[in-house]
Amino acid sequence: MKKRVTIYKGFERFWHWAQAALVLLLAFSGFEVHGSLDFFGFEQAVSIHTTAAWAFLVLIAFAIFWHITTGEWRQYIPTKQYIRSYIEYYLIGIFRNAPHPTRKTTLSKLNPLQKIVYFSLKAVIIPVMVSSGLLYLFFRYPQRYGIESLTIGGLETIAVLHTAGAFVLVSFFIVHIYLITTGTTITSNLKAMITGVEELEDEEEVLSASDVRSAPAVGRNDSIDPKAATQ
Amino acid sequence: MIKRAFALTAVILVVVLVLISQLPEKVRFDTPLSKLKDEYKTKKRSSVVHASFPELRKQFSSPRDVTAACIRCHNGSHTEVMATSHWKWEREEFIVGKGIRTVGKKNILNNFCIGISGNETTCNSCHVGYGWGDRTFNFSDSLNVDCLGCHDHTGTYVKPVGNSGYPDPTINLALVAQSVGRPIRENCGVCHFNSGGGNNVKHGDLESALLETTRDIDVHLASDGGDLHCVDCHRTENHQMLGKMYTFSSMNRDRATCEQCHGSLPHENDVINEHTMKVACQTCHIPRYAKVNPVKTTWDWSTAGRLRNAEPYEERDSTGVITYTSKKGTFTWGRNLIPEYFWFNGTASHYLLGDTLPATEPLQMNPLQGSYDDPEAKIVPVRVHRALQIYDTKYRYLIQPKTVSTKHGDCGYWKEFNWPRAAEEGMKEVGLPYSGEYGFTSTEMYLPLNHMVSPKSETVKCEECHTRDGSRIAALTDFYLPGRDRSAPVETFGFFLVVVSLIGALGHAATRIVFRKRTQSEQQQ
Repeated sequence: MKKRVTIYKGFERFWHWAQAALVLLLAFSGFEVHGSLDFFGFEQAVSIHTTAAWAFLVLIAFAIFWHITTGEWRQYIPTKQYIRSYIEYYLIGIFRNAPHPTRKTTLSKLNPLQKIVYFSLKAVIIPVMVSSGLLYLFFRYPQRYGIESLTIGGLETIAVLHTAGAFVLVSFFIVHIYLITTGTTITSNLKAMITGVEELEDEEEVLSASDVRSAPAVGRNDSIDPKAATQ
Repeated sequence: MIKRAFALTAVILVVVLVLISQLPEKVRFDTPLSKLKDEYKTKKRSSVVHASFPELRKQFSSPRDVTAACIRCHNGSHTEVMATSHWKWEREEFIVGKGIRTVGKKNILNNFCIGISGNETTCNSCHVGYGWGDRTFNFSDSLNVDCLGCHDHTGTYVKPVGNSGYPDPTINLALVAQSVGRPIRENCGVCHFNSGGGNNVKHGDLESALLETTRDIDVHLASDGGDLHCVDCHRTENHQMLGKMYTFSSMNRDRATCEQCHGSLPHENDVINEHTMKVACQTCHIPRYAKVNPVKTTWDWSTAGRLRNAEPYEERDSTGVITYTSKKGTFTWGRNLIPEYFWFNGTASHYLLGDTLPATEPLQMNPLQGSYDDPEAKIVPVRVHRALQIYDTKYRYLIQPKTVSTKHGDCGYWKEFNWPRAAEEGMKEVGLPYSGEYGFTSTEMYLPLNHMVSPKSETVKCEECHTRDGSRIAALTDFYLPGRDRSAPVETFGFFLVVVSLIGALGHAATRIVFRKRTQSEQQQ
């Protein structure tokens, strides 16, 4: 049974798209500050980057609150289950029109590879970017005020770390954009993130059949359309 | 419903935050420019009319008599003047690497006209005194003080070269004495614009065009700008003036700074205020120098002495500047120049007479001290003057030549064009042995720029420094500058990562398309 479900809630979609816009803005302005692009002009780029960074921090605060209060944070706990199946799926199955190894449900929106990638983003890359970014922003030549505990000799370490993180994010962005097209149909993932609604297997059925965290496809065979989606 | 309200709050908060961050931070304004402009709009006027004093309404037979008349009322001023560097041409300074030394124009060599020793009759026409023609000058005779050079308001008071600081005898001293007042641009300019032997030879940011100028050249001195006089910034108490010339000053004291009027955080933008911790005001606000008349950029003494029909001669280029004189050698000039940039903490070291030359050229005559790691140091714009000047090849030190000639056969180079004799006589004057062997060595002199401040619109733009190619501060490599610097391994890693992601995504997509077509054609069959 297929059913139209609201898979991405209002805030979740707002968060996603606001984040997308901010990340793009941060990337363009950031790489201009870095000297790789000439787009806004250096002064404007710095101003945009700073403003977008603050907006991003506020957004992060809201997102954290939302994830905690709704329990959605559990979606990102990495699992080893089905990793092999997913690697095989993206290397072989996808070309043969095979179904996704697990089904997408409101309780398990992310496949195991997504869980690993998003968990690393949230636990490593974003914290690195935020902390190096704040240090960059508040770097005030501490030795001048004799703040010995904060002896940052110069911007080099902070800037190089921030740049390395930025490259990882750009690479994530490219792969992310591509993987949007690997849903049930080319656009089903995109539509879901815009409208929030996606046609999924009936949750009751899935629930009764499998583990809620990473629900495997029920009755995986060729007769069932590969309706499970991923991005 | 609750979630929607939550999302809305988030949107509003983000918008509000963006708006707040765009507001100018007026709080940081500790000295608003408008207040300063108001303050300096009303010009200072003297409450005293010197012309009505009977002491000055008489014929003066000697400028010393004028000084005596001044002292009769200003009975402490002469002692004040005699305590200044303008009078002594030397002062006690701590010099990095050399300790406490008494230095100044009196004994420090430069790479323009080199030095005053033996040449006092000409060089010392800019001394605030009368009669310093040789070492016998009496520094404690108060009647030797020249009040008029700095206080004349007639514009007629001239101290010709070769006259040991005495004015032209044809000047009507009474008229000059009756005109006196607070020093104006013209008073300071006579010496400070023409130092080194002509207009703009030395400074690049101080020249006669500043007597009457516009905002695009110098916002402070411009008649349509601040219309200030030198002493408005070079504040003076008891004849002691603020301001340093690091060609012979060494210590970070008594400086005239921008901050004295503008405060230390004068910008609306926080990021720019933050720059002031490592970047001097001048660095951004003096984008170019020698904006009107050209400044001498190089001086090659080694070519001096060529004669035509046994006579010295001069050559000028199409713009009228001297490019060669038999007396001084070959010059190059530059106009509208971009400064060079150095770290500077307010202290300079000096090459002192008798110091052994370094193994590598050029000799730095006055190396400016400071580095990124020095909390007192800031990046400053500097005019660098490069020269080839005479040195003793055996003893390996610079030679003080006797250039000026006052009488026949006194060895003055500008009359005899004979280096060995000029060197020997000059070195005798400073008390150092001369081996008889001379050569020419390249020297650099560093003159931090402080004048010709441009209007706000001409300020150095961010990307003139924060750029990979052609950064104004490309030479300052002891720190990481965003936009200019990057880590090679991280760039390589990043490039690799992005390329691999692109190839991976495109390759995967292409494979999917190929397989889909194959499946479709199979199904059709």
